[in-house]
Amino acid sequence: MKTFGYYSVILFFTLYLSCAQDNPPFIESPSEINYSYETVVDGIDIPWGMAFISESDFLATEISGTLYRVINGKKIVVEGLPELYVRGQGGLLDVALHPDYINNNIIYMTISSNTEGDSEGGNTALYSAILDGNSLKDVKLLYKATPNTKKGQHWGSRIVFDQEGHLYFGVGDRGNRDVNPQDISRDGGKIYRLNIDGSIPKDNPFVGKENAKEAVFSYGHRNPQGMVTHPKTGEIWEHEHGPKGGDEINIIKPGVNYGWPTITYGINYSGTPITDKTSMPNMAQPFYYWVPSIGPSGMAFSSSGVYPDWTDNLFAGSLKFEYLERLVIENNKVVKREKVLDKIGRVRNVVEGPDGYLYVGVEGKGILKIVPAK
Amino acid sequence: MKLLIVGYILIVSGSAALLYQDKTKEESIVAGEKIYQDFCLQCHLTAGAGVSGVFPPLKNSDYLMNNIEKSIAGIKFGLKGEIIVNDEVYDGVMAKQGLNNEEIADVMNYILNQWGNSYYKQITLQQVSEVQKSVLD
Repeated sequence: MKTFGYYSVILFFTLYLSCAQDNPPFIESPSEINYSYETVVDGIDIPWGMAFISESDFLATEISGTLYRVINGKKIVVEGLPELYVRGQGGLLDVALHPDYINNNIIYMTISSNTEGDSEGGNTALYSAILDGNSLKDVKLLYKATPNTKKGQHWGSRIVFDQEGHLYFGVGDRGNRDVNPQDISRDGGKIYRLNIDGSIPKDNPFVGKENAKEAVFSYGHRNPQGMVTHPKTGEIWEHEHGPKGGDEINIIKPGVNYGWPTITYGINYSGTPITDKTSMPNMAQPFYYWVPSIGPSGMAFSSSGVYPDWTDNLFAGSLKFEYLERLVIENNKVVKREKVLDKIGRVRNVVEGPDGYLYVGVEGKGILKIVPAK
Repeated sequence: MKLLIVGYILIVSGSAALLYQDKTKEESIVAGEKIYQDFCLQCHLTAGAGVSGVFPPLKNSDYLMNNIEKSIAGIKFGLKGEIIVNDEVYDGVMAKQGLNNEEIADVMNYILNQWGNSYYKQITLQQVSEVQKSVLD
């Protein structure tokens, strides 16, 4: 009995210490599962982006380079995409509808591309196009990050809009963390803000600054993989992949430096440190950071009330642990994290549809709709 | 005349050797390490250990060592669906990475000779270029 006591104490401290490095709140499994899911469309291997025209008609990207229009669960390939540069984590990334899509049929896409026709690799590009039935017309390049690189990592990039007629998108550090993210004269490791026609807003934070990329809105990012406009506050929420540990949720503010790689809660994949600093003056702290990393991808708030217990909760896919994460936020703090659709597969994207349901893109499975239990 | 023929043969074979010269195995492994760190590490991790049930291991992987052609094809064309690695089922998607044949040969030589793995032959550019998508069927 005495030995048992000893072991309990040792066990307690082992658990305590191993948890101490993880950032609370710790992930929980729900005690009762009060939802199920339906497959809306299958046969999309990596469903990266999604944009709803109506509840039965939406666009979905396959990262390898196919844009689908899905009408009542049936996939139609949309023709007329600009040329892709497929390399590493790149490809056909996000798709979004113009806020006035219903009248102008304009869509936006982020694409890994080499528009220069050189042999030097690629970088992230933002395009607009008119969706005419099942084909793209009037395809326009609105922004192209430079220079091209053969690196495979960190292209970004989600596309969202605020309520004042701006478009936001992200570009990751493109595998060049010590050069790009902290330098506003270079692309990469940035969130960009454009007017809806692709022009640069005159009141962007770095307009008129010498050598600055004037489309830059915030910097010091590693690889933005989720962005959403908060349904109540209108703020732009973003999450990004850290290295080993240190995935972040940030609320994006003009001109702010989010710190990568000068400050981070992560370490190199090999286990060696990147920096001993987790905070610095003039660098923003994340709203929340994940240690260990979950590999977040896709981001949505549930605002509809379709799921009564989940109203105003934040959702993010986990590529690494293969579930959808539900984050409860109270008083500007994450107070609870819970697994939804545990072991479903690598969750690449989550979107709140016009019908208020959550739609989830899962690798190898397609797009699923979460249905509350009756 | 004889000299001319010998000279011709030397020049032709010499330039052919230059054009088609593969790296040595050691050079290829060194180049492959860079490719691994840029394209593979995020999922298969530093020690090639993978993540049980999600990303298959490359270290001591029976699938890799017994299916060289399929492994090349997986990198070249992308891989999806069920595979069994060391008695564990993996049912995921590995996207095509957009590597050229030389880069694929290099990264194959690296993963086949790291973390205690050892493969007696060198994967060549020629071998990678001949691998067809149909080997995955």
